[in-house]
Amino acid sequence: MSVDEISVGGIGARVKRVEDDRFIRGKGNYTDDFKLPGMLHMEILRSPYAHARIVSIDTSKAWAIPGVHLVVTGELMAQRNLAWMPTLSYDTQAVMAIDKVRFQGQEVAAVVADDPYIAKDACEAIEVVYEALPAIVNPMQAMAPDAPLIRDDKDDQTDNVCYRWEVGDKAATDRAFERADHVVQLDCFYPRSHPSPIECCGCIADFNPATEKLTIYMTTQAPHIIRTAVALVAELPEHMIRIIAPDIGGGFGNKVPVYPGYVIATLASILVARPVKWIEDKTGNLISTGFARDMYFHGELAIDSRGKIQGLRVHVDTDNGAFFSDAQPTKFKVGLLHSAFACYDIPHGYLTAQGHYTNKAPGGVAYRCSFRVTEAMFFQERLIAAAAQDLKVDPADFRRVNFVREFPWRTTYGMLLDSGDYDKCLTLALEKLGYEDLRREQAEARKRGRLIGIGISTMTEPLGAGNSREFDIIGIKMFDSAELRVHPSGKAVLKIGSKTQGQGHETTFAQIVTHELGIPSTDILVHHGDTDNTPFGMGTYASRSTPTAGAATAMVSRKVRAKARKLAAHLLEVAEDDLEWELGRFYVRDAPQRGATIQECALAAYTNMPDGLEPGLENNAYYDPPNMTWPFAAYLAAVEIDPETGVWEVLRFVAVDDCGVRINPMIVEGQIMGGLTEAFAMSNMQFITFDSNGNCIGANYMDYLLPTAWETPHWELHEVVTPCPHHPIGAKGIGECACVGGPAAFVNAVVDAVAHLGVRNIDMPVFSGRVWEAINTGQDVPGFPPLPGH
Amino acid sequence: MYPPRFHYEAPTSVDEVLQLLSMYQGDAKVLSGGMSLIPLMKLRFATPSAIIDVNNVPGLDTLTEDGGWLRVGALVRNRAIVRDAVVGARYPLMASVAPQIADPLVRSRSTLVGSLCHCDPQGDWGAVMLALGGEVVAASLSGERRIPVADFLLGPFQTALRPDEFAIEARVPAPVAEPFGVYHKLERKIGDFATVGVAVSLDRTGSSVRRAGLGLTGVGSTNIKCREAEQVLEQGGIDDRTIGEAARLAAEAARPQTDQRGSAEYKRHLVRTFVVRALESAIGREPLDIRRRRMENVGSLA
Amino acid sequence: MEIRQITVTVNGEPRLVEVEPRTLCVHMIREVLGLTGTHLGCDTTSCGACTVLLDGVPVKSCTLFGVQTDGHELTTVEGLGWPSELHPVQEGFKEEHGLQCGFCTPGMMLTATALLEDNPNPTEDEIRWAISGNLCRCTGYQNIIKAVQWAARKMETANVS
Repeated sequence: MSVDEISVGGIGARVKRVEDDRFIRGKGNYTDDFKLPGMLHMEILRSPYAHARIVSIDTSKAWAIPGVHLVVTGELMAQRNLAWMPTLSYDTQAVMAIDKVRFQGQEVAAVVADDPYIAKDACEAIEVVYEALPAIVNPMQAMAPDAPLIRDDKDDQTDNVCYRWEVGDKAATDRAFERADHVVQLDCFYPRSHPSPIECCGCIADFNPATEKLTIYMTTQAPHIIRTAVALVAELPEHMIRIIAPDIGGGFGNKVPVYPGYVIATLASILVARPVKWIEDKTGNLISTGFARDMYFHGELAIDSRGKIQGLRVHVDTDNGAFFSDAQPTKFKVGLLHSAFACYDIPHGYLTAQGHYTNKAPGGVAYRCSFRVTEAMFFQERLIAAAAQDLKVDPADFRRVNFVREFPWRTTYGMLLDSGDYDKCLTLALEKLGYEDLRREQAEARKRGRLIGIGISTMTEPLGAGNSREFDIIGIKMFDSAELRVHPSGKAVLKIGSKTQGQGHETTFAQIVTHELGIPSTDILVHHGDTDNTPFGMGTYASRSTPTAGAATAMVSRKVRAKARKLAAHLLEVAEDDLEWELGRFYVRDAPQRGATIQECALAAYTNMPDGLEPGLENNAYYDPPNMTWPFAAYLAAVEIDPETGVWEVLRFVAVDDCGVRINPMIVEGQIMGGLTEAFAMSNMQFITFDSNGNCIGANYMDYLLPTAWETPHWELHEVVTPCPHHPIGAKGIGECACVGGPAAFVNAVVDAVAHLGVRNIDMPVFSGRVWEAINTGQDVPGFPPLPGH
Repeated sequence: MYPPRFHYEAPTSVDEVLQLLSMYQGDAKVLSGGMSLIPLMKLRFATPSAIIDVNNVPGLDTLTEDGGWLRVGALVRNRAIVRDAVVGARYPLMASVAPQIADPLVRSRSTLVGSLCHCDPQGDWGAVMLALGGEVVAASLSGERRIPVADFLLGPFQTALRPDEFAIEARVPAPVAEPFGVYHKLERKIGDFATVGVAVSLDRTGSSVRRAGLGLTGVGSTNIKCREAEQVLEQGGIDDRTIGEAARLAAEAARPQTDQRGSAEYKRHLVRTFVVRALESAIGREPLDIRRRRMENVGSLA
Repeated sequence: MEIRQITVTVNGEPRLVEVEPRTLCVHMIREVLGLTGTHLGCDTTSCGACTVLLDGVPVKSCTLFGVQTDGHELTTVEGLGWPSELHPVQEGFKEEHGLQCGFCTPGMMLTATALLEDNPNPTEDEIRWAISGNLCRCTGYQNIIKAVQWAARKMETANVS
């Protein structure tokens, strides 16, 4: 008599997405699609120099162009105390430059006009005189004794360091290294990358002078944090601010920070008393918004004679750009980098990190990275591969000897793993790839001059930030939320605090409610993104939605079910204790044919309540996750290199992912394939670099390379399911796993193909030219800026 | 993203085009495919005061063999070249390069003639036309002149075209014997400019090479014609010795720069490698090339 | 300021449009014609989010001036399918999870539609080749290929019957 969960769209059902109906008809509502009455358009003038004094700005010609309503300079912003704003990392960031520009692409002026063509004409008519200063493009230059001071605006800043951080036990680690039979070292660089969703950032700021309400349509993954931040920065009352995040054309972390453009557009709207739309172009997006990575690693493993790792030392230098504006939980200056090596049993570890100001766009935490876990897992798997290579042991065996096997487990750097089965995952992956056969083929091929390589990447990562003991962003704890109301007809509306940018929450979160209540998922409408009518949530990034908002959804559904039980008891005239629940209905234990469906309970909530029970059937839940969830994966890449050109092609790619219970397997698979494609992109072609003058190379799609369908490999996906022990429905996050663990699989494969020539490392992107160089010199090929030849 | 203002002219005859060019005295740009010009205007690197849109001029899209030449009108799109049966049968180098230009959507609009006029050192057609010994027919109010491509491509974005001239068509000499041709292009992804492009064409009778053509992309201030390498093949046929010699000479003729696509040394090496691969496949050998086969299966699709 | 009056057939309907010559076709479609299903994703003619069909041929509308469409036929995503039913390509994208954020989807579907007109039974590689001018950041393309193959099968069945 219970409904079949799959057929009503519960957990495990491959429900087709409800959001698709509007997207396939071209009826999506992205920020640039909205037109408000009286709306004007804003364009930003950006600095061509990486580091320069602004000698003068003459805006007279811009003001003279017909159709121009406002020209904004740093001076005007400063009059309103808005030339600088606080960052999420407790630094300050220029909204608009006043006396100095600190990265190429920094905002120098803005124009508001009738249409963006005129606004652009006016920007071009603004005359800025610059006096160029030497530019710093990497941390080594930042730390040089004669390096110019980038943050001369800060009173207490005497160098170009923006943070220092450490974790672990230095003394115990040092002792482990003293005792080691082998020490393996590796230096590598994870280049600057950029999330680059296809849709750029933008907003429509609409300050209504009559009501004093500020409404901002915004490409944001975290509307509630933005509302609070805008209230603080603009000193406007929070209840009079409405942030609407409509459909978002991809986020990947790019749409979390508060960008100067939003602030300038908001001020502009206040000044001209009309809605102001600002949609950046791709160049603006790539050159100035939240980038990712740009980290230099030095790491060491202390290994005993059995091949067991006994100690781990890591130092990282990060390039944070001109302002420290990382979007990450307060306590962690370098995100969750210390999740590195979590899946390996390493008794002693010590990790240090130092951040640097450079003349580049600010940021560092973004891009499907789970707060720098991408960097952590990349370096982890590169160092593991180097160790296996040095010790001349099979890389799969080396991992197996060192995997954590007992749970719960306290990792080297103090995180708590609650569950996992890394060996099972790796074994399945090796079997699906045909690992043994491929190794034989590799050996045979080498005799005939062909270069085949196999790369392994295994990892577990923490997703679902995060528990209130440790996690907050600008002081706000990282819970999430859900509100559920069931209508008299048994249909429901779910409102959540997260904000999808393509992950399918409108479909999957309904499935969670279906799982708990048996209401068909097609009868549940999901709202998100509008701060006026959703509960406060911390947004969607770092794969946190299922772990937090998803959990909140399960919890609120259970609260609703608890009330429905009372209504059912009333309808069936029994005590609550006499009732059992099966999906979709309560029934009398001793007379199962007597029952009340959830729909009947819903109707009763409005038409037939027991005495003393409030009418209605709704509730809300705020969920403070007890811990992170720990999905894990094994990624295997097989590649072939053309020895004469260095070009490499992926022969096969096998991914085995464990993300616990899969709410909608179709959507999970889509997330994995998307993440693997970004992993491939970073390993093969995609990066932002700089020449010695600080010119950004990678500020448009001719230089910042995204793979097309032609280059993108075919993905073979498999699964292991280990439910999360603390999550209400046993689910874990998944959105970022493949992007986190994927790159090392490709790089390890390429290095494996040429390891016999003496090569241990080629920095990403592993361009064909770098591979060719490695083959011909037998040496490692590094890849940090400035660009060679410039 | 937003181009500056310009006067827009939409002539409907060649004569009108020539009148307009003469009137604007170099202040106007011809718009055919637009796939190079419009992006430059959007970035405001090109700010012509007038655009002469020739897309409405009839008769410019003929692609036909005539009197010993393949005539490629100014409006022949790359998409049409990819699909053309005569090109596929008799102009194998052109058939090889056409699908490798940009991406399918850009090929819908971009033109061979437009590419030559744009004269980007990373333009693929320049190398191909140098290898084939092609020419550009330039029309003006004072008549027509035929300019060999080697004299047409002068430097980065500089051609021999006068401000009052319109490149009305390009011409390729028809093969006299058995044509062979292949374009090797290393690009980091579809849509990227060539890291290095090598165009090789041969017109052979048996083992004797009547004409050899070798053009390079992306390794100089404009496309490069490797005349010395061509002569080695014309004089000595194709064997291990001449292959090695031609490859060496082509690499020497290259003037690559180190940039984000690779070091100068790497690019020079690619020139050598691609010349060898092209010539080896001309004599029936199958050199190791892990990318080639897959491309050949789809190359006839625009 | 020069304004031109042009006649362009948009999704089967002739439209009289007034537009400045410098207005890009994509802006004409979005702002003047009010059809916002065609998207803008880059500024170097690289991403294909702006793809429309010009006389049935897929082109990047960001690299065309609106005035160039005078006398021609434009098909945008809003013109796919019929009032009573979706085009098989649209259905295929939903059936096979060929979209996530949806931003590249209109352009991708139009390119796919044109491909299937030309080549009703494309191989995987032929599909990858045909959509190599359309970038997607979310899906990794694999489900897009399945979506196009789904549509091809449906169209073949429809033709047979």
